[in-house]
Parts: sequence; structure tokens; C-alpha cells
Amino acid sequence: MRRPEVRSRSRRPETPGSLPAKVSVRGLNFFYGRHQSLFDNTIDIPALRVTAIIGPSGCGKSTHIRVYNRIYELYRDHRAEGEVVMDGENVLAPATNLLTLRKKVGMIFQRPTPFPMTIFENVAYGLRLHYRASRSEISDRVEDALRRAALWDEVQDKLAYGATALSGGQQQRLCIARAIAVEPELILMDEPCSAIDPVATAKIEDLIETLRESYTVVLVTHNMQQAARVSDFTAFFYQGRIVEFGATEQVFQRPEKAETENYITGRFG
Amino acid sequence: MRPRPVAGRLLADRAVRVIMVPAALVGIVVLAWILWEVVSRGAGALSPAFFTTLPAPPGEEGGGLANAIVGTLLMTAIATGIGAPIGLLAGVFLAEFGARSRIATAVRFTTNLLMGTPSIIVGVFVYGVLVLPAGHFSGWAGAIALAIIMLPVVLRTTEDMLRLVPNELRESALALGSPRWKMTLAVVFRAARTGLVTGTLLAVARVSGETAPLLFTSLNSFYWPESLGEPTANLTVTIFNYAMSPYADWQAKAWGASLLITVAVLLVAVLARFTLEGRKGRQW
Repeated sequence: MRRPEVRSRSRRPETPGSLPAKVSVRGLNFFYGRHQSLFDNTIDIPALRVTAIIGPSGCGKSTHIRVYNRIYELYRDHRAEGEVVMDGENVLAPATNLLTLRKKVGMIFQRPTPFPMTIFENVAYGLRLHYRASRSEISDRVEDALRRAALWDEVQDKLAYGATALSGGQQQRLCIARAIAVEPELILMDEPCSAIDPVATAKIEDLIETLRESYTVVLVTHNMQQAARVSDFTAFFYQGRIVEFGATEQVFQRPEKAETENYITGRFG
Repeated sequence: MRPRPVAGRLLADRAVRVIMVPAALVGIVVLAWILWEVVSRGAGALSPAFFTTLPAPPGEEGGGLANAIVGTLLMTAIATGIGAPIGLLAGVFLAEFGARSRIATAVRFTTNLLMGTPSIIVGVFVYGVLVLPAGHFSGWAGAIALAIIMLPVVLRTTEDMLRLVPNELRESALALGSPRWKMTLAVVFRAARTGLVTGTLLAVARVSGETAPLLFTSLNSFYWPESLGEPTANLTVTIFNYAMSPYADWQAKAWGASLLITVAVLLVAVLARFTLEGRKGRQW
């Protein structure tokens, strides 16, 4: 396999440490029952940048980001230890208000997850959870979110249709619109393109490109080309540990660790 | 490695088919036969008077079963009003909230037992706790007996249907900052709605044909059900009584009532099927 090409976008090369952190993870361990799947993860996610998390299947990429919004708590025997600090507060503290945390942290999943309602209602759902707004305010915000998700032109005439009538790629953009409608600060994407065809994938990648202007994005992907194309920073996970974290260009061109080099050049994974 | 001969496998395939097809046919034939008997013998009894008038005194011709039709509808409706909401809520608890709690395990176990309990035992039970202390049979007791039979059916289908909703959908709703109860109502229920409606309709169909529990609770009556506090007329016990009677006219009426129940249950089943069909093509 060829080394993925990195599209360099910053004039000056940035390092993770040179930027303010949106999320500071310290000593994060994660357990599925007795099985430990994350080991001492420590990482600073730079604000207003796209950070990609790469690594072989089962290395803990998804598990790691699922701690940021505590979505793992839906399952009884999942447990996280350590600190995930966002805006000065430890997300893992018991006192954290999950509703406001999750307003601040949006999430996009592997498979598109449109709710069983109309396209309009899908986007309005989150809005109505967090805002008291008039009908016209809601519809303005829905339109705005759909525009920012580059979906408006395709759905403006079918807002009252069921969301499941959309194609997979459109559904995924609808989920992105739904997430950004509530004005999150951080958007977690868990392999958002793995169930979508290449053309739709390209659209989502373009969308991520525009999102980085206003949001911090963490993108889990098993597609290294994608990580190289869209991210500013890349973290390489292996067996539940963060092996390497740096500017995407550096990680792909001059990895410091042999495991990273091996993975990137396709020798395993 | 040598290739395995094909002829033997083809023969086995044919043999299995020859056994299976008749087995499937038996099911269809029995159902068709029942329908044929009920229709051919019952259709004659269905006159306008059958739906509008009270039963004639024993031995006399004429009259109808209007009181029994009303009684059955009333008791089934009340049973649904009691059994369906409790079953739905309990099903939601099992699927969404207490999935692996000890209560849930206990509830699931007792539900299975209750589903397997012969309906006559439910009748005797309600007789013991409601009819005996009250000193008389009543429509309320009948409705409650039916509700008890309905409860486990609704509960189980609710839990099963909610479990079919993918977890990613729950996660998406929670990840937007949705509280759990709102996620359940606005997203999970909606995703499972056709299944929930179908399950409830099938439970209604099942209960509307029950006889044994009513024998001990609502009994039967020749009069309009003016209050559910007294013995209440209903179709199934009427069928039981009339079919055993020596009067040809009553026997014909029993067939008519059988036809009526069969058609009603069939309609409900078709309705349930119809709502399920509407689901096709939708992802969730």
C-alpha cells in the first residue's frame, strides 16, 4: 500500500501543543465489564481543528470518543476512569449534567440514524429539546442547519417527507444537520462514511472541511486516506493505547513510532 | 478430494419437499374447513334482527343477540383499556429501563407463566377474588379476567418490538441531549409503532374469542347490559349455551355468533397485517 498523500493546508506547520485544547484527556482507562479496552489515554484535542483517530479494528478508537459525551453509559457494565476536561470541567464527574454536555458535544454514527419522522422534524427534534422558540424561528434554524450541512438544495421541497426516503449519504448529512442545529462546540464522528458510497463520502469530507471553521471535530476513521485528506491532526491508536499523536502531515510522512509506520504503510491492520 | 455425487442430494431434496408440502397443506385445509362450516351454517342466522333484538325465550323462534354483541364489545374494550396500557408500560420498562434488573427477570418469568396459564384458571381466579366476595357475576369481573389474559401478550410483544429498534437510534437521540423518557416516547416508540399496534390488535383478537374466563365471571344474560355490575351477555358464552341447547333456532344462532366472532377476529388480524405491510420499505 502506498503512503497516503497529505494535503497540506496550513501555512505554518502546527503542533497539537501550540493550540488551545478543546478537550484534555488525562489517564483515561475504559472497561467493558472486566475487560479493559483503553489504557491510560492522554491527549489534547486542539480547538477548531479536525483531529482524526486512526488504528486497526478493535483498537479502541470509537470507545475513546464515546467517553467524551458519556454515551457509553447507556450500557450497564461500561465504565470509564480518568479525566476528560472540557471548558475546565471534568466530563466524567458525577455531577456533570448530561443534557447540557450532549448539547455541547454532537455525535455522528457509523450508520446514518434518521429518526422515524419527517426531514424537518429530524432537525427540529434537537432544537426543541434545547430551545424555546417560535415556529418561524425553528424553521429558520432548520433551514440554516440544512444549508450548513449542504443538504438544503436537495431536500427543500421534501421537508415533510419521511427521512428514511433519503439516500444513505443524504441521511448522514441530515444527521450532521441535526447535530449542528443545536450549536455544539465539538462534533464527534464515528466512522461516518463507512456505510456510504464514495461519491457521498466525498460530499461528507467537503462538509467536514467547512465544519472546521466553526467546530472542533474528532473523526474516527479506518480509512487512512480520509484521515490524510481531511484532518489537521492525527492520533494513532493501537491496542487501546495512543501510540502517536501529531500534525497529520508529520504522522503520515515522518511517523516517530515503528508501529505507526507499519500501520500507515499497510504492513498490518 | 472427490466431488460428491449430485443425484443423491437432489433425491433427498425432493423427498423432503414431498413430506413438507402436505404438512403445510394440513394447516390450510383445517382452517378452510372451519371457515366453510362456520360460514355455511352461520350465514343463515345473520338477519337484521340478529344484530338488533334481544334473545327470544327458550323454544320460541326469532329474536337476536344484540345484547351479547354489545356485551362482548364492552368487555373487550374495557379489557383493552386495562390490559394494553399496563402491558405497554411494563414492556417499556423491560426493554428500555430495567432490562437486566432483578425485577425485570422476575417479570419476564412470571409473564411466560401467565402466557401459558389456561384461560379457565384465570376465570376461576377472578371468580374467587371478585365474584365470590361480591356475591354475583359481573361484567367488570369478565373484563378484568380478559385484561389478565391480555396483559402478558401485550407485554411480550411490546418488549420484543422495542428490542428490534437498533441501539444506534437510542444513542443518536441521547447524543443530542435528549432525556431518556423523551427518547423513548419520541424516537423509540415511533420507530416501533407498527409493531406495537399490531401486538395490541392481536391481543384484542385473542381475547375476544375467550369463553372459559367469562363463564366464571360475567356469565351471560338475556337482557341488555345496563350496568357492568351484573351478569353481562356476551357472544362466546352464548355460543356455549346455545350450541348445547335442544332448540334448533338457538343452535342456528350459535353458528351465527361463531361466524360473527370469526369474521371479527379475521378483520382484526387483517388490520394488524395491514399496518405491518405499511412498514415495508422503511428502514426503522
